[in-house]
Order: sequence, then structure tokens, then C-alpha cells
Amino acid sequence: MALDRIVAPVIKDAIDFNIQLKPYQKFSLDNGVEVYAYEGGSQEVLLVDIVFYAGNSFEQKNWVAAATNFLLKNGTKRKTSFEITDAFEFYGAHLNRTCTNETATVTLHGLSKHFQEVIPIMGEIISEASFPEKEIAILKQNQIQRLLLNLKKGDFIANRLIDEYLFGFDHPYGKYSVEKDYTAINREDLVAFYEQYYLNGKCVIFIAGKFPSTMESLLNKHIGQLPLNKKDIKEQAHPIISATEKKYSIVNDAASVQGSIRLARHFPNRHHPDFPAGQVLNNIFGGFFGSRLMSNIREDKGYTYGIHSYLQNYKYAGTWMVSTDAGKDVCKATMEEVYKEMKKLREEMVGEEELKLVKNYMLGALLGDLDGPFQIISRWKTYLLNDLTEDYFYNTIKVVRAVRPEELQALAQTYLKEEDFYELVVY
Amino acid sequence: MIQFEKFQLDNGLKVLVHQDTSTPMAVVNVLYNVGAKDEDPAKTGFAHLFEHLMFGGSVNIPVYDEPLQRAGGENNAYTTNDLTNYYCQIPAENIETAFWLESDRMLSLAFSKKSLEVQRKVVCEEFKEHYINKPYGDAWHKMRSLAYTQHPYRWMTIGASLAHVEEATMEDVKDFFFQFYRPNNAILVVTGNVETEQVKQLAQKWFGPIAAGKPYLRNLPKEPVQEKSRTMDVRADVPLDMLMMTWHMGGRFDEGYHATDLITEVLGGGTSARLYEQLIKVKQIFSSIDCYHFGTVDPGLLVIEGKLVKGISMAVAEKAVLEEIEKIKNEILDAKEVQKVINKTESVICFEDMSIMNRAHSLAYYELLGDADLMNKELSLYQRVTPTMIQQTAQEIFQENNRNTLYYYSKS
Repeated sequence: MALDRIVAPVIKDAIDFNIQLKPYQKFSLDNGVEVYAYEGGSQEVLLVDIVFYAGNSFEQKNWVAAATNFLLKNGTKRKTSFEITDAFEFYGAHLNRTCTNETATVTLHGLSKHFQEVIPIMGEIISEASFPEKEIAILKQNQIQRLLLNLKKGDFIANRLIDEYLFGFDHPYGKYSVEKDYTAINREDLVAFYEQYYLNGKCVIFIAGKFPSTMESLLNKHIGQLPLNKKDIKEQAHPIISATEKKYSIVNDAASVQGSIRLARHFPNRHHPDFPAGQVLNNIFGGFFGSRLMSNIREDKGYTYGIHSYLQNYKYAGTWMVSTDAGKDVCKATMEEVYKEMKKLREEMVGEEELKLVKNYMLGALLGDLDGPFQIISRWKTYLLNDLTEDYFYNTIKVVRAVRPEELQALAQTYLKEEDFYELVVY
Repeated sequence: MIQFEKFQLDNGLKVLVHQDTSTPMAVVNVLYNVGAKDEDPAKTGFAHLFEHLMFGGSVNIPVYDEPLQRAGGENNAYTTNDLTNYYCQIPAENIETAFWLESDRMLSLAFSKKSLEVQRKVVCEEFKEHYINKPYGDAWHKMRSLAYTQHPYRWMTIGASLAHVEEATMEDVKDFFFQFYRPNNAILVVTGNVETEQVKQLAQKWFGPIAAGKPYLRNLPKEPVQEKSRTMDVRADVPLDMLMMTWHMGGRFDEGYHATDLITEVLGGGTSARLYEQLIKVKQIFSSIDCYHFGTVDPGLLVIEGKLVKGISMAVAEKAVLEEIEKIKNEILDAKEVQKVINKTESVICFEDMSIMNRAHSLAYYELLGDADLMNKELSLYQRVTPTMIQQTAQEIFQENNRNTLYYYSKS
């Protein structure tokens, strides 16, 4: 019998998969710091994420939170910046810092067998960071140069401005740094921030991978004795002041051959009942390679290398954003097509086949996203830091499985209205 | 240690299977032994253009993505100067969908006119986004054409010029496809929650009937030994001066390959590396600096590139880099520094091998090099590198006549 290449092999629908979020183990250190752990994986490696409530929403001056976070490992009372990095790198370990709106993180990736050698240094940078003047000066100089370079890029400008329009420049989600912010920072600012939000700060720890048998006692010895979590750090409410003008077109570089387009509106975050179905609608609209925006604007018209829409999640807000770089002469046409796709979602119900495809794609991708210890702990971290429980996970799956075309159309009629979107093109 | 089994179909397709039952997923990875280096110098950018055309429908299946997504799968591809790799990750229960899709596009593409027209435009936008509309975006075009005079590494995967992609005809595309995208010029790797027997059956069923093509005998021009240092000046609307230097180095099979890789680690791997510590922190001549190489199969380039601190002259910056070069040539490394870069390499290998996706990429790549099991021997080859080997290799590579330098000046 000849092989039939026309008819697709039989598949099991991903909506019928039993998708589980494997549970974490939890323990507390002597000082009350909570540790969430997921042990597993095939390689002898581990990840330690120490998350401080030290994001930029706590700072009084722009850039203080990020600079403090960055410079944690650039000198302690006992070691120079070089000695610290060299000590981590000698053991094949890598220390990253990231600063976001609410939290700032120190992350270790390393070989399990060398954990006992590197955890003391992790403890040291948290408790004895010294912020040498020379390190601050070098960071400022290099940061200013990096900014000069970034300001040449249309997509960088566009990302900053669209957030400013949505939240206002004084909101942590809308602000950004300019050159004078970098020059204005001094050592006292950093030390004060460090003392309040790290040395005497509040933190939570996430660990994953293969653990040495002494994992818990090592964490206790090097982190568990520090004066952390003594005070509750209150997150302040920041008022959102959105721009009144909705449409912007900016020329950053007259010679540019493309425009960076951003269309965005406010959208509820994960705590709102519309969110899970919103994710399904977003996928249909522009959330994956098979989306309508991608099929129309890239695959049919060739206006762009890629176009995506996202539900951007913040702890206290959310946005719905469409983002692309398109040829200069087709920017206008690109935006018209985006609005046409919104209109279509408002006026016509999504077909059953398309909806089923998107549901299967989402749940199949979810199954893949949960593959591996780092992925599992990362999801738990997102939930725990955003005050969500596993109910959120299972409810999302339930909604994705069950959502109907008419519900999606109603959602599109509420949220995908052209007049609600901020519109920006940076050439 | 990554275990795998290997077999070959009658049409020449090599198949490797690596089982991992701890995951519900499977990865199906097809590596084609064709990269930008195999292109006609007058028609560059084709291997990469195919990365786009391969999603535009095959002879029996109008679109590639939809059935895969319906089965809960995701896919992507990449093109380098040496190879092209297509892969998808899918729930293991639906793995046959991936075999159906991948085998049909190996059988033949649909060669739709519309797909070619649109993807030519998309690639042109990609070209603009990454190489024109980006500060220093043209630096590598210039460096490759400076450093190579003969070998096809002299152009980038996106193509030597936009025109080559814009002018690609359907005939060109078909010829390229039937020359390279044949089972005997490909390696299929399946990893994840699968059984070897099951993969054998599926491979035979879907890929077995595809006819072999004419064997591709690669015969690329060799790059002659560089006899004189070359330089190029560029002035552009960028905010900072940039210095980029390259030296020719051995290929993937060169004896000194692992020592060379460790040299780039000593100089440029992380913030405790020499260039970062000396030139950014101590002397404050650069605001950023990197040292790396591309790990190419044929003899490649070792690269040092950095952006200068405003106010520092190009001559001062160049001298400072060359001083570090002299140091690694003249002073033997202490054992601790060598141990550090070996430990770092061990760590990188362990992290890379975490996912079934990376394991599939690595198995395919090492099989292309000749034997997938090389993947399991790699660490021991690094562990054999001694301080003396590093010094000797540095002395061979860092010769003045072997150097290419791009002085990229800010107009402002």
C-alpha cells in the first residue's frame, strides 16, 4: 500500500493531556527566609535565585535600584571586584544580577559539586558589599556610553516611550534613565539603598537542580544567619498617569530604513478573570508564529521580519502590546492591517478549527515549558512573587480548554478597540 | 554521558536516537549538511533563504506550521556558514506528526511562487533590521570580506548583498534544493521520550521512500595563509569608536582547536577575564570588550572587538589590546588560570546538555563532524590542554601578518 502523505497522522489533542505542575518543597532558614526548592534533572548542576524586594519601585532617585543590584558583586569589605568574580568563575559558576520593578535578584548557576565553595561568597556579597568609588565611576561611564549607543536604535526608543505613554514617567513601569540620572548617583545613595533593601532587607529564595546533601545546612550557614526579613517592606502604590495624546510619530534617525511600531493599551493582569481567555485571544491575534498578525503581515505581505502581540504582566498592572519593525514605506499599511485584524476579531467569531489549533498549541507549549527543574521553579517563582497559587495554573488550563468563540468575540469587543490603543512609530 | 543509538537508511539518511523517559516531550531534529559556505558566490544567502522557504509548504502539505501546532508542537531553524538545522519539539505521543512533516519537505517543497515572493521580502526586512538599521550592523560584512579572500566564509549567512536574495529565481531555488536537501546529505536526530524501535519504524516509513540525491562532494577553495596585516577604516553615524581585530585560527579538526577556545576564555570569558579586567576596569580604555570565535568547521577567525571609552584614541586602544596579546604569547599561564577556564567549560557543557533540544542539536552537530560520540569526549579534550599548549597556540595565531583590523570611527 502506498504511503498516504496527504492525510495527517492521528494525534492526541493536547487539550486532553493531563498537565501537572509538580509541587515544590519548602523550608525556612533560621532567620525566617523561605526557600522554595525543586530537585531533579539529569545534569549535576543547580540554580539559586535570591530575590530581594529591592526593585526600582522602591527607589527615590532614578537608577539607584539597578545600580545597587549591579554593583553588589563589585567589591566587599574583604575582596575586590576581580577576586569575587574570579572566585565564582574558578568553580565554573556564574553569578547574574537582575533588577525589575518590584524585585531585584542575585542568581547563581553552577556545578552542584562546587556549591559549597561558592555559597560563602554569595553570602558575603549580600552582607558585606562595599560599593567602591572606582567601581561606581566605571559603571557610570560605561552606562552612559551604552545609553548613547542604545539611543541610536529605534526599537529602544520605542520601548521606552510606549511605557511612558501608558504609565506616566513617574510610575515605576513608565520611567527610564537619562544621562543625568547616571551622573547624579553617588555612593551614599547606593549604600543607603543597600542597607535598607539588602542588608536589612526582605528576600525569598528559589533553588532547583541537583542538590548536594548539605544544601539546606549550607544555605542556613551562609544566608540563614543574616539579619534579613526582620522588617516588612511595604510596596507603595504609584498612581498611573497615562498620556492624553494617543498617536505619536518620531524621527530618531532620518536615514532609518525601518520604523519601530508599538501599539498598546492597558489590560488586566493575571488576577483578573478575563486574563486566561485573554491569553487565548492574544495567541490568535499575534501571540505565536501561526497568529493572524504574523500570517497576514509577514507571511502574506512580507512587510516585516516579525510581528508579535503580548500580554505584558506586571505585579500591579498589565498591558496588551503589538510590536514590530517594518519597512519605512509600509509602516502605515502595517498599522492599518493590525487594526483590520482587531476589527475582524470584534465582528467575526473565531472558527472552531482555528480555535482548536490554538488551544492545542498553547497546551503543548505549556507541557514543553514545564520540562526541567529550572523551568518548574521559574514558574513557581512567577506565581509566588505575584501572589498566585497553583489554582491559577489549573484554572488557566481549564479556561483554555473550555473557552468558546463567542466569549472570545465578546473579549475582543471589550479590549481590541482601535481608539483605546496608543500608537507609536519611531523611524 | 549522552547515550544514543545510530542506524542508516538505504537512501543514506543517518538516524540517531537518544532516549530520556523523564520528559513527556520529544525533539525531531533534521540537520542538512549545507551552509552559506556551499553557496555560489554570485548567489549568496540561499541556505538562509531556505530557512524561510522550508515553512512555505511542501509537496503534499500546504502549510508546515498548522498541523504541527495542532499537535501541540513548536519549531524553528537556524543557518550557519557550515550547516542548516531544522527542529521541532512536540509531545512525544504526537511524534509521528513531526515525521510526516519533516519527511514531506525533504521529499520536495511546494515551490510556490507566492511563498518565494513573500519570503524574499521578509528576508530583505530581516537584512535591514539586523545589518542596516542597527549601529555597527555592517561591521561583520566588512570584516569577513577583509579577512577572507578565497574561502566562502567571506560572506555572511544573510548573503553578501540584498540583491542576491532579491534576484533569486524559482529555478535557482529548485536547483539548490535538489542539490542539498537530500536524505544522503542529512542527519535525523530524535531525542526524548521515544523508543529506538519506534523511531526505526517511523524513519523507515516516512523517510525510507525518499530517493537519495547525487552525493555532494564539498570542494571549497582554501584560504591562503595571510602574509600581511590588513586594515580597513570605516566612518559611520555611530556614537562610539569601535576596534575589531581578527586572526585566522584552525578549524574544528585542528589540533590546537581546544587550546584556541580556551585562549578566548582566558582573554574574554566573563568579567574575570583578562581583557575585561585590564582594559575596562584597570586602564578604562574600553567600555565593552569581547574575545570569541565561531567554532567553524573550516579554519575560522579569533575575534577581539570593543567599544572605546570616549576620548581614548584608536591608537591607544589598539596598543593596549596588543599588550595583552604579547602577554599571553610571552608569559606562561599559571595552572590556576588554566584550571579556571577548564572548569568553566565543564560547566557550560553540563548546562548545555540539560534539555533534550540541546542534546539533539549536539548529537546532530558532532555526527556531522564525523561521530556523534565526540560529544562525550569533548570535556576530556579540554582537560588535556596544558599551559604550554595555550602559549604555543597563542604564538601561532597572534602573528602580526595574520591580523585583520577594522577601525570603526564615529562620525560625530
